[in-house]
Amino acid sequence: MDFFGIFTSSISFIIAPTTIAYALATLGLALHFGFGGLLNMGMAGFMALGAYGYAIGILSFGLPWYLAAFVGIAASIVFALILGIPTLRLRGDYLAIVTIAAAEIVRLMLLSSAFGGLTGSADGLSGFNGPGGTVTNPTVGAGGFNDSNPIPPGEYGFVPFLDNERTWYLRIVGFIILGLAIFIVWRLVNSPWGRVIKGIREDEDAVRSLGKNVFAYKMQALIIGGVLGALGGLMLAFSTNVNSSVYVTSLTFFLWTALLLGGAATVFGPLAGSIIFWVLQAFLGLIFPALAEAGLMPFTTIQAAQIKYIIVGFALVLLVVFRPQGLFGNKKELTFVK
Amino acid sequence: MSSNVSSSSPVKSTGLHVGAIKPGVAKKDPILVADGVRRQFGGLVAVDVEHVEIPRNAITALIGPNGAGKTTFFNLLTGFDQPNEGSWSFNGKSLAKVSAFKVARMGLIRTFQLTKALGLLTVMDNMKLGSTEQKGENLSSSLFPFVWKKKETEIEAKALEILTRFKLDSKRDDFAASLSGGQRKLLEMARALMTNPELVMLDEPMAGVNPALTQSLLDHILNLKNEGMTVLFVEHDMQMVRHIADWVIVMAEGKVVAEGAPDEVMKNPAVIDAYLGSHQDIDLGAVTGRITLPKISKEK
Amino acid sequence: MRTMSTMRRNASRLASAVGAFVLAFGVLGLASPAQADVVNPEMPYKISGNVQNKGEPIAGVTINLAGGGGYAATVMTDAEGKFTAGVPEKEADYTVTVDETTLPDGVAVIDNPATEFVEANVQTVTVGPGGRAAMNFFIGQGERHVTSMFDQVVQRLISGLNFGLMLALASVGLSLIYGTTGISNFAHAELVTFGAIATFGLVAVMGEGLLWLAIPIALILSGVLGWGVDAALWAPLRRRGMGLVQLMIVSIGLSLGIRYTYQFFIGGKTEQLPGSGAERFNLFGSVSLSMIDIVSMGVSVLIIIAFAWWLSASKIGKATRAISDNPSLAASSGIDVDGVVRIVWIIGSVLAGFSGILWAYFRPGIRWDMGGQILLLIFAATTLGGLGTAYGALVGSLIVGILVEGSSLFIPSDLKYVGALVVLIGILLFRPQGILGRKERVG
Repeated sequence: MDFFGIFTSSISFIIAPTTIAYALATLGLALHFGFGGLLNMGMAGFMALGAYGYAIGILSFGLPWYLAAFVGIAASIVFALILGIPTLRLRGDYLAIVTIAAAEIVRLMLLSSAFGGLTGSADGLSGFNGPGGTVTNPTVGAGGFNDSNPIPPGEYGFVPFLDNERTWYLRIVGFIILGLAIFIVWRLVNSPWGRVIKGIREDEDAVRSLGKNVFAYKMQALIIGGVLGALGGLMLAFSTNVNSSVYVTSLTFFLWTALLLGGAATVFGPLAGSIIFWVLQAFLGLIFPALAEAGLMPFTTIQAAQIKYIIVGFALVLLVVFRPQGLFGNKKELTFVK
Repeated sequence: MSSNVSSSSPVKSTGLHVGAIKPGVAKKDPILVADGVRRQFGGLVAVDVEHVEIPRNAITALIGPNGAGKTTFFNLLTGFDQPNEGSWSFNGKSLAKVSAFKVARMGLIRTFQLTKALGLLTVMDNMKLGSTEQKGENLSSSLFPFVWKKKETEIEAKALEILTRFKLDSKRDDFAASLSGGQRKLLEMARALMTNPELVMLDEPMAGVNPALTQSLLDHILNLKNEGMTVLFVEHDMQMVRHIADWVIVMAEGKVVAEGAPDEVMKNPAVIDAYLGSHQDIDLGAVTGRITLPKISKEK
Repeated sequence: MRTMSTMRRNASRLASAVGAFVLAFGVLGLASPAQADVVNPEMPYKISGNVQNKGEPIAGVTINLAGGGGYAATVMTDAEGKFTAGVPEKEADYTVTVDETTLPDGVAVIDNPATEFVEANVQTVTVGPGGRAAMNFFIGQGERHVTSMFDQVVQRLISGLNFGLMLALASVGLSLIYGTTGISNFAHAELVTFGAIATFGLVAVMGEGLLWLAIPIALILSGVLGWGVDAALWAPLRRRGMGLVQLMIVSIGLSLGIRYTYQFFIGGKTEQLPGSGAERFNLFGSVSLSMIDIVSMGVSVLIIIAFAWWLSASKIGKATRAISDNPSLAASSGIDVDGVVRIVWIIGSVLAGFSGILWAYFRPGIRWDMGGQILLLIFAATTLGGLGTAYGALVGSLIVGILVEGSSLFIPSDLKYVGALVVLIGILLFRPQGILGRKERVG
């Protein structure tokens, strides 16, 4: 059994692009639920729109990657508006059901063969990151993400963080976006705007009676959080391809796990939760199959791959029962805990 | 400014009405006028007010049995509920179809029967939330502290001043949830003052408050009048009503059944039958026959 | 009487809903035509075929395919008269129909003695263990067989009724659990899956002949599972006074954990219960049903009637309704709330388990996430009917079932769940208390 390989693989997830993507989406969820009290169970939908908007922007509209990114962001804003205008007045658990349904509608429409020309339906979309002028996609000129990479080809870093120039570029861009996002959310939350949002989270009518336009605040929180989700989807799209099978309800549930793990109503909790989630995921996903292969466990390697998901599910239950404030949260501040 | 009204007889405003006293009588200087306001839930008519006017810079009490429609009427006036029909105006401006937060911005502030002190925020944050002048509450300005920092300090100073008046200043960094019920009521009233209201509508401000704190609350309400504000409050405590109210409006089954100065209204036989009970002056033990009181000649 | 502000609010809701619809279906205009000579290539199994007139291939003929679980596809013959359609399941039957209006003038599908159908343009094909099937249509001088729109509508209606009744069994349990405890239980999907998996496991151990015994045992096990989950998890959390949002998140975690436990045991492939894919026989016109469909609809109706009787007549049934209405009042009237809730969980799980068995026959097939596939539809049904009312769940389920099956007449079949989901959102906007719910229920 290759303990060292398993260990380094897991640790590498601390700064993996997927982790950054999760951190962005979870930060959006923190704004929605942790600070705003909005039970958004459809974050996968926002991520899907960001990713597909970006890919479609490049493949169907021929935009360079930095403009196509705005297509993804714009799609998520439109989605937030369509979703929010009628539903923000709904009670908590109703909003949860509506957001899941909305995200599933997005996924089914992306999967359907009816729009296959645009979305690639079950195959998804690929080949939009470049490098340009390749056999796979001769039409993508120098406008792909990988074409903008200034780092010369080669392997950089040290084990466990040893990668090629593409991954490092992706990581750096990701960290810049994440850093900006965290800074902006931190500023927002500690401002008078944040104070109003926290009041709304606890009691809308009280805040309304003090002259604040509660609907506008909730909509702003929904849009900003939604854009963060779209940025998360964008990060996933930068890495490889887009496929609707990724943006399922389970993805939203995993984001929630990362959120609650770190601390729902904190600014750095989402990042911490995402890192821990992915490192553990990677570790569990490797160690059990390895143990099974070595014959140390009474199940097959295929079965072993499921164990990490089982653990995530039950860990979420334990988390919300025994430590709903997560690692960095303050229990006294939480509105959903009685 | 400290509370300088003594606890003995407050000065009552008189001559508020125009013409003979009856339900819906016009006022010399009404701040709030309601016409034909009607709210129905299925078959039940909760509120059916033909006409009522609230006098400016006076303390008006709204009394009546449970289910008379007082809180529903509050909700309708302040935009927390929509009537089936009717019109009402505040300082001459119509409030129909105006959403609750806009009503508050116009200067009409209400409190709630079940106190809505935001327990998960600190006392000081509660107070700061009350201010309507903080531009930093807008999304665009919130990202740039240099835009709102100065105002924040001003608001904090004003909040501290009001908190000191309400004797809550030592608690300013505590979570509001850690305050007692009565202190939370005080906080709600203090917070309402941050908005510089013209009309303060209090929904059962004394409910669940211990007698010691009641006196403090009464003084604060009287102070509101001294500072030029108008007060409309719902209460069941008749001693309190008689003590501070300048005018009393009686509601029963959704309608206004009587109006007038406190002493006169409470002698109104219809009001006594419907609500007060004819022995409200006498010890309940004597009424039920458990004890015998020595005979006292009745004063007129 | 509606006030101006109510009317304005409704107008804005209507505008947003219309906007959503326009966005969703307006984009359909951009879509490429769904017809091709090869459809659903991503599906694992294939039906291919040939349309010829005395050996001459005919191109551009439209062929419609339909299968269990609502699979539907449309394909066109190419220049060589050939077509290929991907299908989702093997060891299952599919109905293949030639649309005679797309044949050249003067010809029709002639009767082929090999088929048993009166109308030769409709054939049943079995995709065997090999995963592939081939078939031929022979054209010649003859009368056309008209599959009327009426027949299609009736077929969809019956299919929808079948699906709706199956949903109803699961929805009623969810609705009662919501009514008595306030929990939106995401793990209900796993109770549905459990019924199917337990039956499959028992049949594997006891043999196919004892299916009639395996099903009741599976239902008993479902009840035990429901009892266990309430006793070990929900009741202690309720006693703690845990908030509803936390409880909902607990149900999400539970759903994830149990779902992947199922996958751990049965893997990712689809299993079948004995008797799946039974032959469909003709009712009238081109409307057809299999024996299983009839039995499942019949049993569903019986169970629902029995349940409705229990709810209205029995003491516990009445107590359930009392608790749904006002838990503290019920408790102070001497009703043992915990005990009644426990019984609601048991009954709800048994119903869900049975629903899972029917779902396994309808799809057809058992998969680790089969419950999750219909969870949103169950939520749609209970919300449509009125969360917390059992009759509402029944009404809502029938409507959702008919809507889902019927919508494939108008919109592409892989979007048919979208219709139900849009209805779910619409209901929550315009009438959140549902058809049979009362207005005070909603926040």
